[in-house]
Parts: sequence; C-alpha cells; structure tokens
Amino acid sequence: MRNQLEITGLSVRLGGKTVVKEIDLALQSGELACLVGPSGCGKTTLLRTIAGFEQPDSGAIRLHGAAIATTQDSTPPEKRGIGMVFQDLALFPHLTVAGNIAFGMRGQPRPAINQRIGELLELVDMSSLRRCYPHQLSGGQQQRIALIRAMAPRPALLLLDEPFSSQDMERREQLVQEVRNILNKDKITAMLVTHDQHEAFAFADNIGVMNKGRLLQWDSAFDLYHRPQSRFVADFIGQGVLVDARVVNEQTLQTELGEISGELSRRLPPGSEVELLIRPDDIIHDDQSPVRARVVNRLFRGASHLYTLQLNNETRVLCLAPSHHNHQIGERIGIRLNLDHLVIFPQEEEELSQTTKNGQTIRVDERVNGYNRRLIGKS
Amino acid sequence: MSHLTFRNSPATGGSPAFHLRWPSPWTTAATLTALLVMTPILTVLGYLFHPGSGTWQHLADTVLGDYIRNSLLLMAGVAVGAGSIGITTAWLTSMYRFPGCRLFIWALLLPLAFPAYILAYTYTGMLEPAGPLQGWIRSAFGLGYGDYWFPEIRSIGGAIVVLSLVLYPYVYLLARAAFLEQSVCALEASRLLGCGPWRSFFSVALPLARPAIVVGLSLALMETLADFGTVDYFGVSTFTTGIFRTWYGLYDEVAAAQLAALLMLFVFSLILLERWSRRQARFHHATNRYRPLPEQRLGRLGAWSATTVCLLPLLFGFLLPVAQLGLWAIQTWEQMVDASFYTLAVNSFTLAGIAAVTALFAALLLGYGKRLHPTRWLRGLVRIAGMGYAIPGMVIAIGVLIPFGWLDNTLDSWMRDRFGVSTGLLLSGTLFILLFAYLVRFLTVSLQTVEAGLSRVKPSMDEAAWSMGQSRLGTVRRVHLPLIRGSLLTALLIVFVDVLKELPATLVLRPFNFNTLAVRTYELASDERLADASTAALTIVLVGIIPVILLSVTIAHSRPGHAKPA
Repeated sequence: MRNQLEITGLSVRLGGKTVVKEIDLALQSGELACLVGPSGCGKTTLLRTIAGFEQPDSGAIRLHGAAIATTQDSTPPEKRGIGMVFQDLALFPHLTVAGNIAFGMRGQPRPAINQRIGELLELVDMSSLRRCYPHQLSGGQQQRIALIRAMAPRPALLLLDEPFSSQDMERREQLVQEVRNILNKDKITAMLVTHDQHEAFAFADNIGVMNKGRLLQWDSAFDLYHRPQSRFVADFIGQGVLVDARVVNEQTLQTELGEISGELSRRLPPGSEVELLIRPDDIIHDDQSPVRARVVNRLFRGASHLYTLQLNNETRVLCLAPSHHNHQIGERIGIRLNLDHLVIFPQEEEELSQTTKNGQTIRVDERVNGYNRRLIGKS
Repeated sequence: MSHLTFRNSPATGGSPAFHLRWPSPWTTAATLTALLVMTPILTVLGYLFHPGSGTWQHLADTVLGDYIRNSLLLMAGVAVGAGSIGITTAWLTSMYRFPGCRLFIWALLLPLAFPAYILAYTYTGMLEPAGPLQGWIRSAFGLGYGDYWFPEIRSIGGAIVVLSLVLYPYVYLLARAAFLEQSVCALEASRLLGCGPWRSFFSVALPLARPAIVVGLSLALMETLADFGTVDYFGVSTFTTGIFRTWYGLYDEVAAAQLAALLMLFVFSLILLERWSRRQARFHHATNRYRPLPEQRLGRLGAWSATTVCLLPLLFGFLLPVAQLGLWAIQTWEQMVDASFYTLAVNSFTLAGIAAVTALFAALLLGYGKRLHPTRWLRGLVRIAGMGYAIPGMVIAIGVLIPFGWLDNTLDSWMRDRFGVSTGLLLSGTLFILLFAYLVRFLTVSLQTVEAGLSRVKPSMDEAAWSMGQSRLGTVRRVHLPLIRGSLLTALLIVFVDVLKELPATLVLRPFNFNTLAVRTYELASDERLADASTAALTIVLVGIIPVILLSVTIAHSRPGHAKPA
C-alpha cells in the first residue's frame, strides 16, 4: 500500500536548539498513529512541522508522494490539506457549531456543505446542537466539534495535538475510543500526540516513542511493551524492574531468581553482565512455588493487587496478583517466573536520567554490594 | 529576523511559500511608533539635567514651595475624600441590599462623565455671592452681603471637594471589583471566628482589598496632579498652572520644562506605587472559587441610611450640577447656539474623531507588532508607549512643543538659506502637533482596549484557520475582525470622548483662532460668563456619559465567578 505520509531524515531547530532529530517514519492510508514521549521530547514540534507551522532544517515531508516540506521550500499550511485538532481546541467563539464546521469548506456549494455538516454532527451524535455557540457546549462536546471541524474538509491527514489532556482521566479513555471509531468510520489517516501511554494504547495502530528529539521505536503497543528496544522505552511504557543478570549461553540467563531460559532480545557473549526487564505480569504468584519473596509494599487496584516483593538479596520486583490473593506486608509468598522472551540491556549502557520527567515514574536507586539495581514503577 | 524570506515553491506550482514569521516591517513600524510617542516624555525628562536659566532660581526662591505644598495638600485631600467616598459606596453596593442598590451600582460611575473643571465652574456659579444659594439665604434671613459666613468654593478646600467628587469613581470601581473578587469564605470564616460585620470589614475585607484601593487612589491622584482647569480657576498654584504661567507669562521654556520634569517625578512615584500595588493584588487572591455574594438585607433604618450615603456623591457629583447646567442652558442657549457654536462642535468632533482613528491605528500597529514578535524589546517599548495617560496634558504639551518648535525653526532657516522661502511653523503651528499630543496621551487607552481584544484571539485560532485553508488576510477578516470588532469600537469611543474633554494640551497647542468646546468653556468661565458656558459644558458632559455606559456594561459582563461567554 502507498504511504500517505512519509517523513525522511527530518530535523527541526527552534530557538537555536535542535528539538527534532533525524526522524524517519511513514503512515499508511487509514492508519491511526500516535507519538508519545515526556514533555519537551519534540513530539509537538514534529506535529507542527508536519502541519506547516514550523520549518524543517533537514529532511523532507511527503504527503501522497508529493513533497510538502523540504529544506528548500515549503507549502504554506493553508495549502497542505492537513487538518489539526489543537490542545486548546481553538474553536471560534463568534461562530456557531455549524459555522465552525463550515469554516474549512469554503468554496464548496452550500448544499454540499450543509450535507457534510449534518453527516458529521450525526457521526458524533450532536445533530440538535447545530446552532449552539461553543461556550454553550460541555467540554466533551467542544472536543467533538473541534474534531469534526478538522475532519470536515476531508483532510489527507489529521493531526491531534493532545486534545484530550483537559479531560479527566475517566472520560479520557472512553473519548479516545470514540474518536478512534469516528476516524475509522471516515477512513481518515491520523496522528495523535500525547504524553499518556494509555491514551496511545487506546487510539493507535502504531505508536512512536520519542525522547530528546529522537524517535526511539515505532511499533505496535504490544511490541513496545513486550519488546522494547531501549531502556528508555522499557521504562516509559508500562511498569517493570531491571534485574542484574549474567549471560550463560544463547538461551539462558543467571539471575537472583535462578536460571531463566528463553529467547534473548540480543546476542551477547556468555559471561556478559546484563540487566533483565521483568514486568509485573512476568511474575506469577503461586503458593506452590518454592521460590519465596517478602511483601514490602502493596497497592490495591480493584481487580488486582500490585505487590512490591523483595527477593533474598535486596532485589525488588513487582508482581501483579489477582485481587483475592490478599497478603500482608512482611509475609513471604511464593512466586514463579513466566518469561519466554528475555529483554536484556548491557550493563554499561547510557544512564536513563530523563525518565522521571513525566511525573509517572518512580525510581529507587539502590547500591548494594557494588551492584546497581533499579526499581521502576508506575502508579 | 533571518526567517523572513519568501521562497518559491516549484513543487506546489510556484505558489509562494514562506516561513511563518510575519515580515519584519511590523517590528520596525512598531518600534518607530513607540519611539515617536516617547519623544515628549524623554524631552521633558532631559531638562532635569539642564543647567537651568535664571528664571529657575527665581521660581525656586518664590513660588516653587507653594507649588509643592499645594500639590501635596491637594493629593492628601483627594486621597481622603475620594478614598472614603469610593470605599464606602463600593462596600455598601457589593455587600448589602437596600432601596436603589441595583441602580447605584452603575449610577455611582456617572461623575466620571464630568471633567473636573466643568464641575468647578458649575459649583462656583451656584455658590458665589450672586448665586442662587446665597441669594436665597440673604432673602430668607434678611441678611446683607458680608453679614454671614459662607465657605469660599474658590480655594484649595473647594478644589479638593470638586476633585474628590469627580475622581472617587476610580476608587469605587477598583474597590468594588476587589470586594466582589474576595472569596466569601474569608468573610464567612471571619464571622464564624467571632467578628461582627463591622469588624469583619475592617479586619478582613478592607486589608484584602487594600492593594486594589491603592491602585484606584493612585489613578485618582495622577488625575489630580494632571488637573489644570480646576486649580487654575480656583487660583490654587500648582505645577500645572505654574508651567502654564512660566510658559506664557515669562516666556521661559527651560524653566517651564524643568517644572514639568519635576511634576513628572511626582507622577512616576505614583506609577511605581500603582505597579507595586497591582503586583501585591495578585498575591491577595486566596482562592479561585467564587460564589455570588449573599447580599445582606438591612433593617429599615440601615437601608435608608445606605441609600442616603450612596445618593450623596451621585447628587453632588452629577445630578445637581447637571440640573444647574441644564437650567443655565435653557436660559442662554438661544444666544449661545449660533453659527460659531456649530463651528466649535464641528471642530471638537472632527478633532476627536481624527485623534481616535489615529490612536486606534497606532494601537493596532503596536498590538499586532507585539503579538507577532513578542520579543523583550518590543514588549518593553509597547509598555513605555502606553504610559502617556499618566502624564499630565500640560507636561505633554511642553514636551511636544519644544522638539517640534526646534524642528520647525531649523527647517525654516534651512529653507530660507537654501531657497529663500519661509516655511514658518509648519508643524507646531498647525493641528498636527495637537493631534500628536493627543496620540501620546491617549494611546494608552486604545492600546489597552486593542490588546484586551487581541488576547481573545488565541494563537491556535490562527493556526486552526490556516490549517483549514484560510490565507493570512482571510484569517484576519474571518477570525480576528469579528472577535475584536467590539474592542476596536470601544477604543474609538473612549479616545473620542477623552479628547473632547481634554483641556490643558488643547489650550496650549491649538492653532490661532481654532477653538473647541472645552477651550470655549474655559474662556467663557474665565470671563465669569458661567451661564453662557453651560451649553458647551453640557455637551461635553452628555457625550462623556457614553464611556460610563460602556464601562458599566463591561463590568456587568465580567464579574468573577460568573460564567463568561468565551
């Protein structure tokens, strides 16, 4: 299938700083994609460059195969045919709902405009509010109007710049799925920018994780979680712990939890010191298991318990157990590992200091016996 | 501004594609405008470092002490007078229910429509020995002139009363806004902690509103310092009358400019006080949650006392003087309203109209310049260019005359040397210089209004319009204009009315044989033809009501805690 959007080697400088660095990505027609990353990672700048509000310093952006931005020239935003939903929605307060939706369809015959407005309002179930002004609508309604306003001229690509960030957490996931369904129904290619991974999971077919201007990984939500290619992605997506390990052979690691066998994420010579990513769902609570760990913290989450467990030698891991397995702090419980794909990172890899920026990551650095163990948890 | 190049784009069929910063002419034009507006202020301040003429020593030995003493006395008096009226009425109208309280909320602003000098003339006419009140006293008690004591209105005390009556609305406005913004919780907490309503007022509400009250007072005091008409008529020597006399009596521009510079120092200290208080006011917001204030009902006696207290400033600051002016106008308008009166009106309205349009364009230039290039440089310039309103009209007149007079003389002598032609006073002898002075003084007003309007157009709205295929011009036409149209109209109206009321700068800078309503009122009053002055005066006051109405509408729409249409 032909690529709807194609970005090659794109870098953008803003105020003397390179905020987007050599990005390559492609979106197929009808694909819903998402960029996630901590604030300041360059994801919004990338989006604004695609829209035409910022200019590339190297690389090119192609839409339908035609270059819309290169270092030599750049199509102005009003000629790109790209729609955008803004973080503050940017609805025009002096126009009605219908007026806002019709804004981008100038030049089309009246009946066609009216029909499109009716069709879109029906899509979001707001037909009765055609003559309302933006300030008369609720936050969620304003959001939907902003969305269909951007969809109205049938843009070749729709960009969404954190439009859900003003909504409360509970409404957000539901709204994101609604938007996903609406876009799917209209077969629109779209890219969402957010710092919230749950929003990204709910919205996108493919997700790009950005940090410090670079696109670290472009993958499905499943692969980002289970096959992160860098420590940053491992840390940013989901929860987990890095545990010290040593490569025994091509399929086996020696850890404080014993020997673990499985497919290693990268090939390293036997004897290499590595760190192994263990997700909370990799550790299964099993009363029969001979391996025991002490409960040091617990978090009740309704359907499940998130336990922080301490192994015999200070290493801490997270364990997601069914809710009815109710254990007290200090108790020793049986666990076993359920890992077939082993995500490992060499010990000497660069430090991940930026991960706490998004406010969701708690990391405790403990130095015991010269080993550096990390507990990465997201609550 | 290296990103301002237009580039041709072969890929999209040669349509111009450009970087999204607007061309730098904006910055240049905005910078030039700002610098031009700052010229008079800088000129006057420059004279602080002038070695001075012999006249200065003479002034310092004789009248300078009077100027300073009188100015300080006036300021103290107006602070007490306008402060107490403003705070009391603001507290009553925001906290209590009493007969007429809805009406008073906006009616208390009406004295703003009066220029102080017109109120001064009116009261002089009413209270002088030959006036209606003293005439009634004499006939009622069978007394002769000089048999009884009667306060002299043409005194510093009279000036304080007149200025307080006209300027209390500044304090009222800001104090009321502050009382309404206070969280009810603070007051309720104070009541629960055992303070009665009176103690709550003095120990909670008043301290919380103090920064806002100080802002209102400093505005009123700036106007007090700027006043020329009242103190001139009442024979109170202050800086403004001193500047006028030094300029026209002693023909000493250096001494006049130095007096003006000294007055500016007074004004600057008030500006600093105002700025500082505004910063304080921000910290006094304890919560962001508002509730409509539960208005307390008063007992019968309390209610009628509240009504009386609110009625008094309205009565003496607006109703009585308007009635008196109306009475005089009925008696005299047949002689006064003739061809020359129409000329006056046309002169005034044309001048005010041109000034309003000029100020609006300058404000748009600066406002858009700042919006498109919010650099530190431009923000600073716009801020200084917007200070003119604090500078007394008399000072601006001097600050405009000196540089333009020099320019005219230089040009004239050059033209005579070169071509044998005398250009005369090309700029300073014409309306140009007067319009320029208006621009300097009233740009503040239009700039604030335009900036408030532009702040409603969020940058993302521009981008939304572009992403939906609108060009720059289309965005201005279809998004900006509908959103800021109201603000533009308001800016035009307020400057129009302000120019109409302006006296000192007009008096000094008008071309020969060019008269306006304000100047004519001043001239007739100076000739003790108070009744004859009434038609022109009443016209000014009635036009002055327009911004008061605008103001009260704006306030009604912008009360904190009420849902505001976006």
